[in-house]
Amino acid sequence: MATVRLSFSPAPVHVRTARLVGVAVARRAGVREDLLDEVRLAIGEACTRAVALHRQYGVADPVLVEMSDSGAYSVRVVDRAPIEASIGLAALDADQLANEALNEDDLTTGVGFALLAGFVEDLQVRPVDEGIGTEVRMVWPVGR
Amino acid sequence: MELSLATRTVGEHTVLEVGGEVDVYTAPRLRERLLELIDAGARHVVVDLGRVDFLDSTGLGVLVGALKRLRTADGTFALVCDKEPLLKIFRITALDQVFPLYPTVEAATGAGQ
Repeated sequence: MATVRLSFSPAPVHVRTARLVGVAVARRAGVREDLLDEVRLAIGEACTRAVALHRQYGVADPVLVEMSDSGAYSVRVVDRAPIEASIGLAALDADQLANEALNEDDLTTGVGFALLAGFVEDLQVRPVDEGIGTEVRMVWPVGR
Repeated sequence: MELSLATRTVGEHTVLEVGGEVDVYTAPRLRERLLELIDAGARHVVVDLGRVDFLDSTGLGVLVGALKRLRTADGTFALVCDKEPLLKIFRITALDQVFPLYPTVEAATGAGQ
């Protein structure tokens, strides 16, 4: 069961709020202090990705963030964009990043995924169980 | 913390000091400032990330955009960063192989980039 649930309209200005709440709940859940920067970055990236997809597809529905501390600290970030939009996530290598033909949006998407994969050991990106959308699920150990 | 931007000149280099949080909300302001500088003729740009306490993929995308734009214009682009959490972000994304990274502004501006 989620201990804290946050939903926000898909606007960039709210991503910072989601990061702040996510880190506050992580700290309270007992996530180690030295992991909190990574928690902050990962939640931010997942929310940024969701906001970008909602805007790209004109989806006005809110982005949902659920934080739970039962056993470990888990965070679900749920978007409501068409599933096919989420396929093709891949980290880019240095040559691809420096390629003049790669536009900024695609680069940002690739870099965002690299950050998620690099900072979250327990990461899942999968279709939501009901309806349209994708959930990014991240889990961190708690020190208790 | 809000984004802060301040520009100064060191020799032939334009140094943009960035502070605060660079994220999906604030990165457009950073992009705008970098474009203004390049459009105004700056060709050797150094971005000092020394007072940045948060940087996400959107901010990194803006920095890569400036690097590419300056390369096309026969210019140079370098970053100043000595904070381990930020350096880790560059390593994880492989962008440490794309950007010239320096620990100090002096090193960045004196390296003839």
